[in-house]
Amino acid sequence: MDIQFMWETFLILLTGVPLTLELAVTSIFAGGLFALVLSLLAVVGGPIGHGFTRGYVFVFRGSPLLVQMFLIYYGLGQFRPFLQDIGFWPILREPYWCAVIALTLNTAAYTSEIFRGGLQAVSVQQIEAARACGMSGPLLFRRIVLPIAIRHALPAYGNEVILMLKATALASVITIMEITGLAGKLIADSFRAFEVFIVAGAIYLAITFLVTRLMMIVEFWLSPHLHMRPPTLA
Amino acid sequence: MELIDRYFALVGFGETGWGALLLSASAMTLAVSVCGFLTGTVLGSIVTFMKLSRYLVLRWLADGYTTVLRGVPDLLVIYLFYFGGSAFLGSIGGLFGYEGFIGMPAFLTGTLALGVVSAAYQSEVFRGAFKSVAGGELEAASAVGMRPWPKFRRIVAPLVLRYAIPGLGNTWQLVLKESALISITGLVELLRQSQIAAGSTRRPFEFYLTAIVLYLVITWASSIAFRHLEARTMRGTRRSL
Repeated sequence: MDIQFMWETFLILLTGVPLTLELAVTSIFAGGLFALVLSLLAVVGGPIGHGFTRGYVFVFRGSPLLVQMFLIYYGLGQFRPFLQDIGFWPILREPYWCAVIALTLNTAAYTSEIFRGGLQAVSVQQIEAARACGMSGPLLFRRIVLPIAIRHALPAYGNEVILMLKATALASVITIMEITGLAGKLIADSFRAFEVFIVAGAIYLAITFLVTRLMMIVEFWLSPHLHMRPPTLA
Repeated sequence: MELIDRYFALVGFGETGWGALLLSASAMTLAVSVCGFLTGTVLGSIVTFMKLSRYLVLRWLADGYTTVLRGVPDLLVIYLFYFGGSAFLGSIGGLFGYEGFIGMPAFLTGTLALGVVSAAYQSEVFRGAFKSVAGGELEAASAVGMRPWPKFRRIVAPLVLRYAIPGLGNTWQLVLKESALISITGLVELLRQSQIAAGSTRRPFEFYLTAIVLYLVITWASSIAFRHLEARTMRGTRRSL
């Protein structure tokens, strides 16, 4: 093992970190919003909304993300004149936005299932209690259902965030030079797969570690009732 | 109507259709996934033994293995096996005086990469399944005088497999979807074949859409298969839920 080479590799790969994080954060945020809509549709949207969400989740969870990315990046290019007419072409021309769209649509499917699980985990008694206090509709949802659902969904959501972080690596296949893209180029140039793998892997593990810690902090912060000081008499 | 006719001429089995090639590519996807999954089962069992070992070093190594393999993008693992394997083969060739480039066979790369990644997931599935085997059953096996190996073969393995089936089903779906990444090594599986077809007909949309449909058929069929398997192995057990 060549420490000098690994240090240089490390410095090069570090320049890819912002892009990886940018891809991950953008698509996790957009995918989360979309997932919220999907899971609401599944729970309160009636048979049509329910059916739509089921179909959406089936398609996006049942096929590989890479194929979805190719369909958007290469496949939609086939409709260029039409896309130019409606003004979407400047976005779909960019591999970066195609990667973001594919990641967003994909994570929305997984996340909506997580949210749905969280919403359904809110117990009937809690809702009943809220109704007894006179809450209903949006107020009930905002004050009672949503906070409880978020708390239930958080551990699974943390896993999904880490999966997304790893999934951004696929963007390198459509020419985006994030960590894995740079690593692949370095390996192809130097043929020292093992050293580059160790360095790139260490960077990913460090990011994953930070994310899990962050999730633990959020979980702690969202469940004050579990670590409240017991009330004292005096 | 004309659009649909044109589509089926493209992906169908006619003179200009790519149907047969797409189907055989799907078979390749299945083949590499099955080989990778089984490799993962073998490796994963070894890692599970290490996780359940009484030696701290082995437990530590096994936990490190799962942490790394689950925290690193699969694409990097594939690069490692593809380029690392070629470099390794090249150095062996060098020992025998051959100086040229020896490429790593794509199927072997795929099997190894899928196996090593899925071993990390499968070992967690097996460990969880082992934890849910009731302690009394193991005690009973020892009480009737079974030695470790018969006890493992007759009691532990069947029970662990029974509890592991739902988790193994999830892992299988992961492997199946991950197999699409093997296309970058040039193995002509479903995605690579679609790329080839898209390139030579300039109809990427139709072919990638077809690829998605074929992947959906495979994942859908395997989820049904695993459901049946689960129902079958769970015969004779009473469940609270």
